[in-house]
Amino acid sequence: MPNDGSTKLSKNLLRMKFMQRGLDAEAKKQLEEAEKRIISDEHWYLDLPELKAKESYIVEERSYVPCEDLVYGRMSFKGFNSEVEKLMVLMNAPKEEDDEEEEKDVTRMDTDITDEEMAMRYGSLVESMKRRFAKKRDRSSVKNEEDVNHNIEDTQPKKAFLKPQD
Amino acid sequence: MDIIHSCFKAQIGEVVLPGDVFRFNVSSVEDDSSVKAEKIICGPGLRRNGDEIQVYKSGILRHKQPNLYWIDSQQKRYVPVKGESVIGIVTAKTGDIFKVDVGSSEQASLSYLAFEGATKRNRPNVQVGDLVYAQFIIANKDMEPELVCIDSCGRANGMGVFGADGLLFKVSLGLVRRLLSPQSEIVKDLEKIFPFEMVVGLNGRVWIKAKTIQQTLIVANLLESCENMTAQQRQALFKRVADGAL
Repeated sequence: MPNDGSTKLSKNLLRMKFMQRGLDAEAKKQLEEAEKRIISDEHWYLDLPELKAKESYIVEERSYVPCEDLVYGRMSFKGFNSEVEKLMVLMNAPKEEDDEEEEKDVTRMDTDITDEEMAMRYGSLVESMKRRFAKKRDRSSVKNEEDVNHNIEDTQPKKAFLKPQD
Repeated sequence: MDIIHSCFKAQIGEVVLPGDVFRFNVSSVEDDSSVKAEKIICGPGLRRNGDEIQVYKSGILRHKQPNLYWIDSQQKRYVPVKGESVIGIVTAKTGDIFKVDVGSSEQASLSYLAFEGATKRNRPNVQVGDLVYAQFIIANKDMEPELVCIDSCGRANGMGVFGADGLLFKVSLGLVRRLLSPQSEIVKDLEKIFPFEMVVGLNGRVWIKAKTIQQTLIVANLLESCENMTAQQRQALFKRVADGAL
């Protein structure tokens, strides 16, 4: 029917998907090409030779700071502004020594609690842990041991079952 | 690497002029496999143009190990560079940004949120005319430069509004770099005289504060005179000041 001539369908209509089912291969190809041309005409581009993407071995650096190792711009001398002096130390610390500083921090953290403190703490802990794991019946004995150690007499009389009077 | 270095070698420490070109034999460079890992960095004053490096500032060619080359030049006009810390003067307050004069061709913008501890509710107290020590986060030749007063962690690190009193003046960019260089001779000589505070921006602005106005002026004048003095002249002058001659 499309080849009939008397009822010619427009190109736009033929380009629609449902119309393409009935078309032969030749007509399909033509339509595709026409579509491609339309798309490429709509795109604009610069008429330049293609840039060769080469890996550059030259890097540009615009700042003097890395070249001359310039220091921090705020300065204070002879304790005029102690805050700035602290900042100066912080900002002008050599970058390579950052790791070393961290290491120092670690050692300082270790010495936050001295060995003696640690021993004292664990010494008291031993008792409380022992009590915790002891059975209820054993607790009194544990207490007694303590008493023996400290030589303190139990002042309270031992609780006993009192027989009710008739 | 040696191939590239050899083409700079003769000129290191020598005066070069804008338009001078350093060429490499590209084919030989590409053959040298070690180059690919080790890139060459051209610092301020050098520009890449295809496979060659062009000089665009007049000055002395410097080299730093292993592969850094730059031109040590004198100039007064500051050109913003990303990451550099400068002293700016707030010139306008418009809604959520401040306009800051940094001495470059264009004013920089500074967001009100780019201060330590600033939130939408908690605005920083910045007035027109205040001095700010800030660093460039955007410095593009085609765009308005942008400043911030915090580092990437959100800390001020000494940046922000400063300078309730004191004295701000301008020196050349070369002198600023000499002041900021590690183990700077000028600073070492200067700090023996009075206790004082100094803020040095890479845009050539220097702010000084000492105990009295007189001392501030002395330090400022000394710094300005350092521009064109030899080390001996400077030391002689500083000694005279320290002895109380001025």
